[in-house]
Amino acid sequence: MKPVLLIDFGSTYTKITAVDVVSETVLGTARGITTVTTDITDGLNEALAKLFQQTGQLDFSRVLGCSSAAGGLKMVAVGLVPELTAEAAKRAALGAGAKVLGVFCHELSEYEVQDIAALQPDIILLAGGTDGGNKQVILHNAGMLAQLGLDVPIVVAGNKSVTPAVVRILSETMSEVVYAENVMPRLNELNIEPAREMIRSIFLKRIVEAKGLHKANKLVDRMVMPTPAAVLKAADLVSRGSDREPGLGDIVVVDIGGATTDIYSIAKGDPTQSSVSLHGLPEPAAKRTVEGDLGMRYSAGALVKAARAPFIARWAAVEEQTIIDYAAKVEANIEYLPQSPAEEQVEIAMARACTALGIDRHTGYLETYFTPFGAAYSQIGKDLTNVQIVIGTGGVIINNGHPEEILQGVVFDESNPQILKPRNPEYRIDKSYIMAAMGLLGEEYPDVAVRMMKKYIVGGNKSGTEK
Amino acid sequence: MQNKVKVILGVIGADCHAVGNRILEHAISSAGFEVVNLGVLVKQEEFVNAAIETDAKAILVASLYGHGEIDCRGLRDRCHEAGIGDILLYVGGNLVVGKTDFTAVKEKFSAMGYERVYAPGTLPEEVIADLKNDMKERGYCV
Repeated sequence: MKPVLLIDFGSTYTKITAVDVVSETVLGTARGITTVTTDITDGLNEALAKLFQQTGQLDFSRVLGCSSAAGGLKMVAVGLVPELTAEAAKRAALGAGAKVLGVFCHELSEYEVQDIAALQPDIILLAGGTDGGNKQVILHNAGMLAQLGLDVPIVVAGNKSVTPAVVRILSETMSEVVYAENVMPRLNELNIEPAREMIRSIFLKRIVEAKGLHKANKLVDRMVMPTPAAVLKAADLVSRGSDREPGLGDIVVVDIGGATTDIYSIAKGDPTQSSVSLHGLPEPAAKRTVEGDLGMRYSAGALVKAARAPFIARWAAVEEQTIIDYAAKVEANIEYLPQSPAEEQVEIAMARACTALGIDRHTGYLETYFTPFGAAYSQIGKDLTNVQIVIGTGGVIINNGHPEEILQGVVFDESNPQILKPRNPEYRIDKSYIMAAMGLLGEEYPDVAVRMMKKYIVGGNKSGTEK
Repeated sequence: MQNKVKVILGVIGADCHAVGNRILEHAISSAGFEVVNLGVLVKQEEFVNAAIETDAKAILVASLYGHGEIDCRGLRDRCHEAGIGDILLYVGGNLVVGKTDFTAVKEKFSAMGYERVYAPGTLPEEVIADLKNDMKERGYCV
């Protein structure tokens, strides 16, 4: 059988992976510069030429693609209460692989509508009210968004009782208004899958073309999803397995990029200790969070502000000023690669800070209540203390000689015990950088994708987890 | 399915008493209301958020551990701040420690903005009858 080609049109590089699905091996990988502004096939052809140098000429039975090019899938989420439907809408957008530009809540004002227009989202997700709950706010917001002045596709996923009215209001000025089940049908009940599906279908129908990705259609059979959704799919597959291939169980995936750090967890995250009660909005078993201020290049300055220079400096065993200077240098020159062991050390410390802050924000935490009968705990978010496997991916982890030092940031911190991070995880590295490709492959060959990830994503370095 | 009138139920503050909470949920839903039960260890903010999102017509606050006065103060103001200032607030349980005269307790909680204040030992039937009356008075169909 002829091999399968998997393409990730990234913001900078077009990465391709050729896979033989019979022997379940990676035949080769290559990358070219993403050329979305001119013709996206130029960069793809460049990558293909490099690939064929390694493998010889190949003929593919299937070509699948995902994309984060041209800014990725940019979304705005609108809900009612910040901690409730607005948060649920945000999670639905993140789960669909979107970059969430803004989250808006309560009744939108004219100023906020101007803000939304200025953000130029590709899709807006409009939620608000539980089923049978608040109606006024989502109706008001539909009326406000109808005056946006831009024709943006809108997914309506709020109070079912007024969905038809909301769709009607929006359809007066918008050409693409679709609806899905409420993201929060009952209080504190999360239902993001239907909205995610709608977002994905709009991405395929409209966004791919709007961003000029359809030019790749003569080479690509199916443009399947945004890249982060492909990684989430891969994480889900390798964790839970497919029908015929068991998975690895609960996992965390850390993906550090130049601009953002994405954290994925595939775990139910129920409390592991007794006398802990769950509070707040339930979390999706397959959860993705994105930190826009944690990154190795574009966000290097923001990272130093967020993690604070002294901390990074301590990990790198250098002066504070060295960190500040290095961050400024790489932010100004995003192509820069570390030139000395000392710079390498700074890179590791910065990446470790991305990991630590990213996972801190992703993971659930305990709140202690001092009651007349002693301490009681409530857990908000996921308990990941028992997660056994942490997978690292993204340039800095893959290309670094000491990825386990970077991933050290995920480990439970005794001095900050309310954050429920993995206590004793084993590290695995996506050395061949195939996770997004495996998410794509999993669409058509789930068993093969699971087995290949188990084969190629390796490391198993338990000694790295010192306490 | 007809939309039932929704009420928010929960045990406020650092209070973990869960048994009465379950009994109330059962009794009040059997009486034809949709009960959104927030359980125990509920913050004021959570009561308010839940009421906004579900369009509830009443918040039923329980406090059993004696710190009710501290925990319940300010809930009405929060409701005003959040745009649901006219929602019905009920409170009950062991609101204060010791054998304080209940008339004084009732006055105190009424002054805090609670429409109904219940003494220890009140049966669910009484609360339900009050709820039905208050809802009818406000024009909601129960």
